Amino acid sequence: MSKLFMFEKPQGMRDTLPELYQLKTQVKSAVAEEMRLWGYENVETPTVEFNETVGAASAILDQQLFKLLDQEGNTLVLRPDMTAPIARIAGSTLKNVKRPLRLTYDAPVFRAQQYEGGKPAEFEQVGVELIGDESSSADAEVISLMISSLQKAEVTSYQIAIGHVGFVNALLKEVLGNEERAQEFRRYLYEKNYVGFRKAVDELPLSSLDKRRLHELLRLKGGKDIVEKAEKLTESEAGKKALEQLQKLLHILEDYNMSDRVLIDLNLVMHMSYYTGTVFEAYSEGLGYPLGGGGRYDQLLAQFHHAEPATGFGLRVDRLTEALGKAKQKVKKDTCIIFSSERRKEAMDEAKKQRTEARSVVMQEITGIEDVDAYSKQFEDVIYYIGSNGNGGAGDEQ
Amino acid sequence: MSSELLTVAMPKGRIFEEAVELLREAGYDLPPEFDDSRKLIIEVPQSGMQFILAKPMDVPTYVEHGVADVGVAGKDVMIEEERDVYEVLDLKISSCYMAVAALPTYSPGRDVAPKVASKYPKLTSDYFREQGEQVEIIKLNGSIELAPIVGLADRIVDIVSTGQTLRENGLVEIETMMPITSRFIVNPVSYRTKAAQIDDMVDRLSVVVNKENA
Repeated sequence: MSKLFMFEKPQGMRDTLPELYQLKTQVKSAVAEEMRLWGYENVETPTVEFNETVGAASAILDQQLFKLLDQEGNTLVLRPDMTAPIARIAGSTLKNVKRPLRLTYDAPVFRAQQYEGGKPAEFEQVGVELIGDESSSADAEVISLMISSLQKAEVTSYQIAIGHVGFVNALLKEVLGNEERAQEFRRYLYEKNYVGFRKAVDELPLSSLDKRRLHELLRLKGGKDIVEKAEKLTESEAGKKALEQLQKLLHILEDYNMSDRVLIDLNLVMHMSYYTGTVFEAYSEGLGYPLGGGGRYDQLLAQFHHAEPATGFGLRVDRLTEALGKAKQKVKKDTCIIFSSERRKEAMDEAKKQRTEARSVVMQEITGIEDVDAYSKQFEDVIYYIGSNGNGGAGDEQ
Repeated sequence: MSSELLTVAMPKGRIFEEAVELLREAGYDLPPEFDDSRKLIIEVPQSGMQFILAKPMDVPTYVEHGVADVGVAGKDVMIEEERDVYEVLDLKISSCYMAVAALPTYSPGRDVAPKVASKYPKLTSDYFREQGEQVEIIKLNGSIELAPIVGLADRIVDIVSTGQTLRENGLVEIETMMPITSRFIVNPVSYRTKAAQIDDMVDRLSVVVNKENA
């Protein structure tokens, strides 16, 4: 590697400068406030965890983990998501707290980025986990909370896709007969390779009816009628149960008044094995990547020796900010008081007064500014306390 | 990504004409000057589309980042680039295959470090690993046939359509790797936010593709 320039940062690491920071904070606090209002309690977990525990249990691929060693030689990871650390807490220190647990977080997570720009290696996630409730009410609650959070963040052109991996797994298993083959076809869906999926279906020794069922699976995307279409494809207990759950979930979303921007997509397979039931993602028009997503992960807690159902979601603050960034105007800073040393006291009193009115006030001695005009342009109000003014009191605005 | 027009990333060169023809057969009204334009962005408002013309290897990149909603990309590029996009339809155009080739005098196992030259380092590496052979890969950007002739590598991995280039350079195909055709690819977000437009396009293209291969 060539010698680094002093301005360089590791691949995928970003700075947040004041203007972006302000927008990011607005977005974050709007979302976090909504989560608090729905009764979710904040937790924080360490940035560094063991690879063997949180690293292995997380939904993020091994090659995307940042790893380091501690003094005993244990492999540590920078947390790649917040769900696994929260599962660790839920299965240990919060083990005896009454269920269901409603927890929320707002924290940076880390994912190593090997190829190119456009994908940050560190970004903030705001999200919730609802632990210990397996009902469709719980699924509907987290989806509604996600939608409501997007609304509070003022993301206007959002769209939600909801799927159910329980249905996908059941259908694949009942048509293909064994888990190994189902896994192969689930991989095609996970890799978004419909061409490969169709080709593999055509090459299987299946009845034409069964082949059609698998081909039809790829078309299960659209409005509420998709659930009925899906019902015709599955005969298994598990498949029917999954669709019942989905149907129920949609009814509850209607009651929440949150169903108008929901698209059913039964091909949504966001991970090979992590999710177990309902899955969902949020998108914004004009942004090429999902804003966030989540789903039911009933197997994860068992890895922390405390098997229980759970559901949740995470929103990416960087993408929310990006989705909004194009819409928001640059805002001017509130007030600047420019003073000369002999009138410092007056300037201080004025600053104090304005700060009590919750305006941000910059106090700047005139000798520190090179170009007063250029400097003062950044502010909405500029007040001058300059020269000797025996009368005291109000500043003379120029 | 304009909210009204569907942005289509098209590969310049070999695949372009076949892809345009396919779109016309699918009922998309593309103006005649489309074929010999040197512009990089062409708007076709009457079809509700906007085309961006990119290097074939870059099409999945535009689609993954969402600056194009959909695109046409060769399977070779899809394997090499591993982009997070939906591969929705096999367009069955620009049909060819990937192959390993070498000089007729090549015999395996004689070198300390077997070297393979290719424009597709990732695809080549994956293929030989699956075959249980460790090779050293030399990445080239074109005229791959040169490598065995001048002794840069023993074997090459490249796209073959008629085999003429190989023959003219005195190389022989020693292994056929996989068939390659062009694919219709879709950005995961656009696939949901512009579902109606894209589903319609997929349906219309499917009809044409299936008719031609019936």
